[in-house]
Amino acid sequence: MIVITGATLPDGTSSDLAIEGGRFVDVAGKGAGSRVIDATGLVVLPGLVDLHTHLREPGFEQSETVLTGSRAAAAGGFTAVHAMANTSPVADTAGVVEQVQSLGDQHGYVTVRPVGAVTVGLGGERLSEIGAMAGSRARVRVFSDDGKCVSDALLMRRALEYVKTFGGVIAQHSQEPRLTEDAQMNEGAVSAELGLAGWPAVAEESIIARDVLLAQHVGARLHVCHVSTAGSVDVVRWAKARGIHVTAEVTPHHLLLTDELARSYDSRYKVNPPLRRDEDVQALRVALADGTIDIVATDHAPHPAESKQCAWDEASFGMVGLESALSIVQLAMVDTGLIGWADVASILSRKPAEIGRLAGYDAAFVPGSPANLTLYDATVSHVFGLEDLRGKGTNSPYLGRELPGRVIATIHNGYPTVLEGELVDAAEVALAAQAARSSREMSQA
Amino acid sequence: MKHLLSTKDLDRDTAVGILDVAEDMADVATREMKKLPTLRGKTVINLFFEDSTRTRTSFEVAAKRLSADLINFTAKGSSVSKGEGLKDTAQTLAAMGADAVVVRHSASGAAQVLAESKWIDASILNAGDGTHEHPTQALLDAFTMRKRLHGEASRGRDLAGLRVTIVGDILHSRVARSNVWLLNTLGASVNLVAPATLLPSNTTGWPVTIGYDLDESIDADPDVVMMLRIQAERMHAAFFPNPREYSRQWGLDDERLSRLRPDTMVMHPGPMVRGLEISAGAADSSRSTVLEQVANGVSVRMAVLYLLLAGAAES
Ligand SMILES: [Zn+2]
Repeated sequence: MIVITGATLPDGTSSDLAIEGGRFVDVAGKGAGSRVIDATGLVVLPGLVDLHTHLREPGFEQSETVLTGSRAAAAGGFTAVHAMANTSPVADTAGVVEQVQSLGDQHGYVTVRPVGAVTVGLGGERLSEIGAMAGSRARVRVFSDDGKCVSDALLMRRALEYVKTFGGVIAQHSQEPRLTEDAQMNEGAVSAELGLAGWPAVAEESIIARDVLLAQHVGARLHVCHVSTAGSVDVVRWAKARGIHVTAEVTPHHLLLTDELARSYDSRYKVNPPLRRDEDVQALRVALADGTIDIVATDHAPHPAESKQCAWDEASFGMVGLESALSIVQLAMVDTGLIGWADVASILSRKPAEIGRLAGYDAAFVPGSPANLTLYDATVSHVFGLEDLRGKGTNSPYLGRELPGRVIATIHNGYPTVLEGELVDAAEVALAAQAARSSREMSQA
Repeated sequence: MKHLLSTKDLDRDTAVGILDVAEDMADVATREMKKLPTLRGKTVINLFFEDSTRTRTSFEVAAKRLSADLINFTAKGSSVSKGEGLKDTAQTLAAMGADAVVVRHSASGAAQVLAESKWIDASILNAGDGTHEHPTQALLDAFTMRKRLHGEASRGRDLAGLRVTIVGDILHSRVARSNVWLLNTLGASVNLVAPATLLPSNTTGWPVTIGYDLDESIDADPDVVMMLRIQAERMHAAFFPNPREYSRQWGLDDERLSRLRPDTMVMHPGPMVRGLEISAGAADSSRSTVLEQVANGVSVRMAVLYLLLAGAAES
């Protein structure tokens, strides 16, 4: 049994919490011999859920593995991540998604929910075995060709319709391919000066506009990945007002950083979709606060050092983000007074779980619910450094920046993955995960 | 001056100073003994990831006239251009004891990345980075304009009041970008003319006027008309319907040439596509500065190498 004393709940009230058998239990029943965590002065949040993570395994293990990515996630306060399909082989069959999920289960730091590819090999030509993935042990509910856009309108229509069968969702990486050939950064005043090929806002906005209309036409559910422009916010707001079933995510970096950073030609700032203008950042913050944008998702995209130590054009797109996500949300949204911790709990846990149809995140801290939580000290700040990165990637745009907050403890399915700000040993976590699995199976038997 | 990466970083006095040193270097070229001992013992490396015989040769002549040891590290077709990155190459050159690296690269920002990296400590001279900048080209253009305007009395002067029209593929032109900043710093006014497809979609912050109509710009009686090259790869990417239409609307043909004042300068950074952006008549007319630009290129590059490698020690 674990007892957590004195933590401040997202709604601002203070309460002790007790955990036993992987679930929250009535705190009145707390017995002797418990592990007690004094959480006085800390915010307790429900376990964070990332709807957009690149774990790179299988195929790109030099960048990240399920284990290293899971550790980065736990260090950032996450208890569940959705692993994008652009691995090698691509996650377009039941076999691959089951493998990814079971690796996640074995390591135990977080629940790994595989995302299935919409099209075979992300090729954008034929639907992948969507039904087989949905019906597999991995029970896939989110489908995405992320990294590529399902640009063929007919294929997108069919995919949206097809996943209705089992309550799935298509998560679209909205990028009109012809408008972004060789694109390197946001198209605007900065790209014009730097001589870097532009990635215009319209390439994102036009796809979102098309997709919300398709979703409306076929009565399906659409999720828009990494919304990055003020114009996209307008389209999503319009679609929601019409009652279209659309949800949208924004990344932490799009809530904070702008294309001005490209002036350094430092490829840590090269990301897809690209960093936009300050007007876009402000519009995204407002949209997240007013619910137009539903969630924050990291788009954690680790790369080996050599793919960033080169000229901008030659560098890979992407940033790591799991370890810093909560700090950036605090900096951009909470410390600016736009939202409170109850909203953070919603945009980083309850709603992403709902979009991904991940059970157990709808009634946080309530006795009987799975015990997933993170203890966060919002009062400290420090200079973010390499030692804060726990995955394989070091391509963080925040290195050397002063960031607020620190994850003190993370509890996944009732066992700790982070304690006193440090990751719990991998073997210990794997054992705890195994014990939690077998007790769940026993109780089901 | 430690590096020369962009003309945007240059203030007026520094820019005029470079042009004045280039005047001294030009004088050397007229002497029987064309060589100065100034950079004896210094190693200059020409690092060209992109083929450009004329720019590479110009730097080579400049370095040799200053008695530097010049090594051509031409990367095109070698392992360097096939993915051996900037970092490995830079570290190799650092190990060779390079004092200055003249770098030409197809990626915008490559020179700045080298200069700001910890991979190499040498002075970095940008000889053209992608579609970003080509600062020595702009300096030699400014030198050429100043020389035509003021002749022997050029030293110490800028280009105040000069009206320059730049025509062509502004979007992809590093020459245009470097010229925009430098000409503005030197007091000239700049007018850009191109089809809208070949202009950046957002030129906020550019100190220029922009037009689509070359005839209008010609009738405004410019002091300089600078024609930019249209590269073959633009022909089939829907920037304009076909070369004939481009030439008709934005080419400097004999008729347009005849409407210019006799002393209006016609410039081109080369290599020219005669018959497309410029007619043979315009290229070979007395208004054309094309050959002066080549000669002045050596003087300007000598000046920059001198200021990077010898200037610092003396100041
Ligand atoms: Zn994406």
